[in-house]
Amino acid sequence: MGRYVIRRLLQMIPVFIGATLLIFLMVNVMGDPIAGLCGERQCDPATEARLRQEFGLDQPVWQQYLTYMGHVFSGDFGTAFNGQKVIDLMASAFPVTIRLTIVAIVFEIIIGIIFGVITGLRRGRPVDTSVLLLTLVVIAVPTFVTGLLAQLVFGVNWQLIRPSVSPAAPFDELILPGLVLASVSLAYVTRLTRTSIAENARSDYVRTAVAKGLPRHRVITRHLLRNSLIPVVTFIGTDIGALMGGAIVTERIFNIHGVGFQLYQGILRQNTQTVVGFVTVLVIVFLVANLLVDLLYAVLDPRIRYA
Amino acid sequence: MLLEVRDLQVEFHTRDGVARAVNGVSYAVDAGETLAVLGESGSGKSVTAQAVMGILDMPPGRITGGQVLFQGRDLLRLKEEQRRRIRGAEMAMIFQDALSSLNPVLTVGAQLGEMFIVHRGMSRKQARAKAVELMDRVRIPAARERVDDYPHQFSGGMRQRIMIAMALALEPSLIIADEPTTALDVTVQAQVMDLLAELRRELNMGLILITHDLGVVADVADRIAVMYAGRIVETAPVYEIYRAPAHPYTRGLLRSIPRLDQKGRELYAIKGLPPNLLRIPPGCAFNPRCPMAQDVCRTEVPPLFEVAEAPGAAEGRRSACYFWEETLHG
Repeated sequence: MGRYVIRRLLQMIPVFIGATLLIFLMVNVMGDPIAGLCGERQCDPATEARLRQEFGLDQPVWQQYLTYMGHVFSGDFGTAFNGQKVIDLMASAFPVTIRLTIVAIVFEIIIGIIFGVITGLRRGRPVDTSVLLLTLVVIAVPTFVTGLLAQLVFGVNWQLIRPSVSPAAPFDELILPGLVLASVSLAYVTRLTRTSIAENARSDYVRTAVAKGLPRHRVITRHLLRNSLIPVVTFIGTDIGALMGGAIVTERIFNIHGVGFQLYQGILRQNTQTVVGFVTVLVIVFLVANLLVDLLYAVLDPRIRYA
Repeated sequence: MLLEVRDLQVEFHTRDGVARAVNGVSYAVDAGETLAVLGESGSGKSVTAQAVMGILDMPPGRITGGQVLFQGRDLLRLKEEQRRRIRGAEMAMIFQDALSSLNPVLTVGAQLGEMFIVHRGMSRKQARAKAVELMDRVRIPAARERVDDYPHQFSGGMRQRIMIAMALALEPSLIIADEPTTALDVTVQAQVMDLLAELRRELNMGLILITHDLGVVADVADRIAVMYAGRIVETAPVYEIYRAPAHPYTRGLLRSIPRLDQKGRELYAIKGLPPNLLRIPPGCAFNPRCPMAQDVCRTEVPPLFEVAEAPGAAEGRRSACYFWEETLHG
């Protein structure tokens, strides 16, 4: 197990370098950061040259990348053009997004798995068909539609929640945004659990459990569910990474000042430092989440042994 | 009588129609007795056993008639909760493939101990000690060290021993073994069969041994019931059936066992295929494959005739063939 973890951590290095290099190149090559800084007007050539020198933009790209990475490893993600430290932006944005992700994951686990178990055990019945249809609708409708609709109905018409989340973004204000963010994954978790339950319900060891005279709830929770959740846990684990970085639309709709919001602002204003910094952290989050999923897999299924 | 199945009928509702898997099966097992139920795949032998245990998938399965009398009570009339208390505790089942029949993510100790926790209300610790005891009983070496291992860490023979231990855990009065040795090597087969027979004797249990292997039957069974297309076609004490079968199907089965003195000659095989359960032939279901079939076999379903070979011969022999006398002496 220890050797496996070390090997996986070493494998992360090339992935990390590749991913950050790509995003660095894309941001640098595709747009001129200084042009974005001056807004609509043409920049004053003298100011532009001074800024370029100040930010090191007159140097070759590979050298910029190396300098940047050197700074990152000493904990310095640079300064945004408006003078704010990127690390400060992160300190305010990440806790908000982490709270939002927790809300979303909790919804996925509770609602997704409960619906999945119910439909999986009642395959072909009306409950199953209606939930299945509902998941299809949720998957098919894009988040910006679900989000705006939810905001309109719950926030504006019924006034059950604040349509716009306050800067502090406490948990209770994140419930509806969390549900919107989770909606598509929730539908996938439901379908995945349903299939897995239905498949395992016909397996020999479930028949054995019934033949042993175990009560139905014990057969389901101890024998059926434990085996059926292995693929679901994998999906939810990888989804953590996706939710952390993929909340751009949801955060925009509900005015949540999290990672997605900062990334959106950074891209809009061509703020290289912000974008590259946040993406670098997200890459790490994604890699670590994947490693944890693989380790969890071995805990859930004893047949899998890493050496 | 420990278990008496009377005129049991089971159907499966499939997309293509109704498959009549069991069509009026009756058999009985007494305490200490071993009944071998013999038949090809699809003959209804496993479905009958599952109906007795109460683990038939319903739907698609449906019990449309008959009685299952266990210690005098008709199990088919009991509520599910009452049946559950009987399952595992008073009658237990051993399945064919121990690898897929044991839960891959739970230790064998947990799966054995569960029986005591659920049916006897024991604590985890007591249950674990019982699990070790059971593993010792079925002669698994180093039981104390292996109780926390997972099923995939055992060999095929050891896994089947664990299945046996699980069935014996609460010392039931009836064991149903559904092809318990089919998935094992020949040498291991003999060991597992011997162990099962020995424990059955020790605990004076009734045993229903479902198999298609005539070799296994001869050593351990007292009586044989031969099934074909959801019916019993012949039932007799084991010795009688081997000496002189009274049904053409049984005779065909016996003739298709390879023998050493037959070396070099072609092996006998019953011609044709088992019938489609959606369209069982009218009359005797075996008639399209039977070398002795007459017109009556194609129209009338034969009842189970009392077979009396000679005055004073062993009783309780029955054959569902109009020409049982010719078969017996031919």
